[in-house]
Amino acid sequence: MSATDAVAARSRADVRPRRHLRPGRAARKTGFFLLLALFVLVSLFPFYWIVITSLKTTAEYNQGTTSVLPPSHVTMSNYVDDLTQQNFIRALLNSVGVSLATTILTVLLAALAGYALSRTSIRGKGGILGFILLTAFFPPLAIVGPMFIAYKHIGLLNTLPGLVICYLVLTLPLATWLLTNYFLQIPKELEEAAIVDGSTRVQALHKVIVPVARPAMFTVAILSFILAWNDFTFAVSFISTPNNYTAPLAIYNLGNSQYQVFYNLIDAAVVIISLPVACLVIFAQKRVISGLTAGSFR
Amino acid sequence: MTARKDLLVPPGRPARVARRRGHSLTSQDRRLGHALVAPVMIVLLAITAYPLFYNIWNSFHYADYLNAATFSSFAGFSNYSMLFHADQFVPALVRTLGFTAVSVAVETAVGLGIALALNRPFRGRGVVRAAVFIPLAVPTVVSAELWKTMFDPQSGFVNYILAHLHLPLASTAWLDGTWTAWAAILAADAWRNTPFMAIVLLAGLQVIPQDIYEAAKIDGASAGQAFRRLTLPLLMPALMVALIFRTLSSFLIFDVVFIMTGGGPGTSTQVLSALNYEAFLDDFNFGYGGAIAVAMVVMALIIAAIYVRVLRVERQT
Repeated sequence: MSATDAVAARSRADVRPRRHLRPGRAARKTGFFLLLALFVLVSLFPFYWIVITSLKTTAEYNQGTTSVLPPSHVTMSNYVDDLTQQNFIRALLNSVGVSLATTILTVLLAALAGYALSRTSIRGKGGILGFILLTAFFPPLAIVGPMFIAYKHIGLLNTLPGLVICYLVLTLPLATWLLTNYFLQIPKELEEAAIVDGSTRVQALHKVIVPVARPAMFTVAILSFILAWNDFTFAVSFISTPNNYTAPLAIYNLGNSQYQVFYNLIDAAVVIISLPVACLVIFAQKRVISGLTAGSFR
Repeated sequence: MTARKDLLVPPGRPARVARRRGHSLTSQDRRLGHALVAPVMIVLLAITAYPLFYNIWNSFHYADYLNAATFSSFAGFSNYSMLFHADQFVPALVRTLGFTAVSVAVETAVGLGIALALNRPFRGRGVVRAAVFIPLAVPTVVSAELWKTMFDPQSGFVNYILAHLHLPLASTAWLDGTWTAWAAILAADAWRNTPFMAIVLLAGLQVIPQDIYEAAKIDGASAGQAFRRLTLPLLMPALMVALIFRTLSSFLIFDVVFIMTGGGPGTSTQVLSALNYEAFLDDFNFGYGGAIAVAMVVMALIIAAIYVRVLRVERQT
């Protein structure tokens, strides 16, 4: 169905309203919407399942699955239990802090590097950009061993700043590439005008480039936040005491520390940790999508 | 404007001085550039180059923290020969490659279907797109725990619906069997990562000009022919990029397996990254771990090299 088809169909409808679709076309259309419904169902049904599981009392949970409907006695006790007894608030705050720190550092460092790579005449730009791209392919587990030893020596093991440093390897390559490319598209004249008016280069970056590049920087910020928020690998490798757990690590240990696994309790925490990213997807869909797939577009 | 004139013709200064000033501006500009790019370079070198060289060094030494007798003496290739003789690395490599092939194939096929569907205009497309893409943004711990719940024999959905429809496998303890555990891992991985495929392919589809389809239609091409002869070849660049990214991240899979099965039952779902984690942080053998890490870096670099090559070919054509 192309745009011109649609236009043609509409203009035909103006003259002589169609009474019914041709059977073949109607069947195809129904099939198409069934397919879409299937995609949406597979994508969202698991969320529905963890939400209703998280609302079950332990007694109802222990009866096993008897229905796909929400439980007859909806309870918030799993959420309350997670947030009070299980120290999950602490883990959430740790995650927020680590993710915000990663976001701020990434935007700042990537903006400076992006400016250098797009606006100054340093030599070996191609090599620098190539190296930065290559680090995006570096296996996280190859980082874990040596950093574990290094962190032990300098006292960063089992600390949140230690995590932030490692998260920069997840965020900086894409962020630097994205901002370099974006800065290249900003006309040079804008900045030159500011310099002629007496600004220094760094002031020009701050006053002229940054405001113009705000959409790209916002994308970089969202991408960085999500990558840091989602990390499990570095957290499970470096963090050992519950007070320093990030939210994903806390959820993992919720399922690992009990003899019987209570998914109603785990799923309450899973729902809580999914909410911020789900909101981001709903309210900033375009930015999230372009951020998460930034690596695949030049 | 007045400011610019002042700058161009500095009152009372000969042109020669102005030129020299231009020179120093270039070096000043370069110094600024170096200073601004330095933090990113230092951070990235510290988190990648340093571990790489440390791993290489360790891999040629005995660096087993639980064996003080041999610690830090030269090991030659013994850590590397352990890769092939300890009966861990090769099976893990085979599992990882097998999983990568299957997961990337499934995600590409389904992702292409979603991209083609979302490329057609219909009412509510934005909502459908958001719904389909949400799994991509959630943490891996969410996809792992969520599918563990779904496959749980007692409180899960999968066995419930299988029993309801009188299908086999309704009383399977999914994570307790090798192949059923792989199926659960694949479900979690595909659920989270198929949207990535779809999103990249959708972007590739949207840059294909619509009028070539009109032309094909006029020339009497069927929809199937148009797809094979036009859509697929034009989609190739996006497809290649998506394939390489997914291949790499699938090859490096860790979180989902670690959380869902911990490598079990036995070691039947242990992948390379998990083996590397075990060598480092369970056994504290940084020599053997270093050898595994070096092998993984080499394989990741091969994938990266293919990526760069594809991009270069693409740019030339």
